[in-house]
Amino acid sequence: MHVVIPYVVAALLFGLGVYGVLRRRNAVLVLMAVELMLNAVNLILVTADVSLRSALTGVAVESWARPAAAAPGTGGVLALFVIVLAAAEVGVGLAIILQYYRMRKAVVVDDVRLDRDEDTDEERVAG
Amino acid sequence: MTVADVLLLALGAVAVGSGALVVTSSHLVRSGLYLVVSLGAIAGLYLVLGAELVAWVQILVYVGAVVVLLLFAVMLTRAPIGPSPDLDRPALPAALIGGGIGIGLAVLFADAFRWVRHPYPEPATAERVGEQIFGAWVLPFEVISILLLSALVGAIVLSRPDIGARAATEGD
Repeated sequence: MHVVIPYVVAALLFGLGVYGVLRRRNAVLVLMAVELMLNAVNLILVTADVSLRSALTGVAVESWARPAAAAPGTGGVLALFVIVLAAAEVGVGLAIILQYYRMRKAVVVDDVRLDRDEDTDEERVAG
Repeated sequence: MTVADVLLLALGAVAVGSGALVVTSSHLVRSGLYLVVSLGAIAGLYLVLGAELVAWVQILVYVGAVVVLLLFAVMLTRAPIGPSPDLDRPALPAALIGGGIGIGLAVLFADAFRWVRHPYPEPATAERVGEQIFGAWVLPFEVISILLLSALVGAIVLSRPDIGARAATEGD
């Protein structure tokens, strides 16, 4: 198989994710675009497991370029770790978004005030 | 062009096309559903590339859990049913940066890997991946379990406003 196809697909997906993060104003849609980027990285890891393994066939087992952990399936293991990280990220991110929505009744990223404004904060929470 | 190449091309086209609809659709719920299509096509790519377990975990965790969570969030934030006109910022800077990154990386990969044929991998079955995880990668596995636990506790603390408020008053 030609591994350049999944590599190019992953690059395009990553670009789409960057575009979505920069373009969208709704926080939930920003999280969806982040998921696209994480999936592009996973696709690169799984594809590298196919392509780099065959590139390493001539390398001696003891050498630095081929550590003991680089057995078949390593890319898949790393992709599994990234999937777990993405699940944790989306859980905490949605908790933050829902808490913010409860306080301000909005999920627009542009309107989030980064400077601390004690008076309005306490007002909104009490109200 | 072998069967695997045709499958890779078709699934990749579906993934990129529905990914483009995710970031351009003006309906919030539709973007979530297009995300399902995109993630499913990527799971198909994993299957063609021989990573069976990753493909099924992708279906279970991403399509089953993450997208459902995102759709829950869309509903809980009272998203409108119809199209929302104010979802987007101006397109030009985002298109420049996103398109530059995407096309630049694509050209880089195409130049690095060319049109070279690689041998088919033996499928990474659950048995082999399990040997890997509990052999070479057991320490990262344990660390990631601690990270999941702390993310769980963090999400609970964040979504219970009374916990944070009590800590703040005690701190004062």
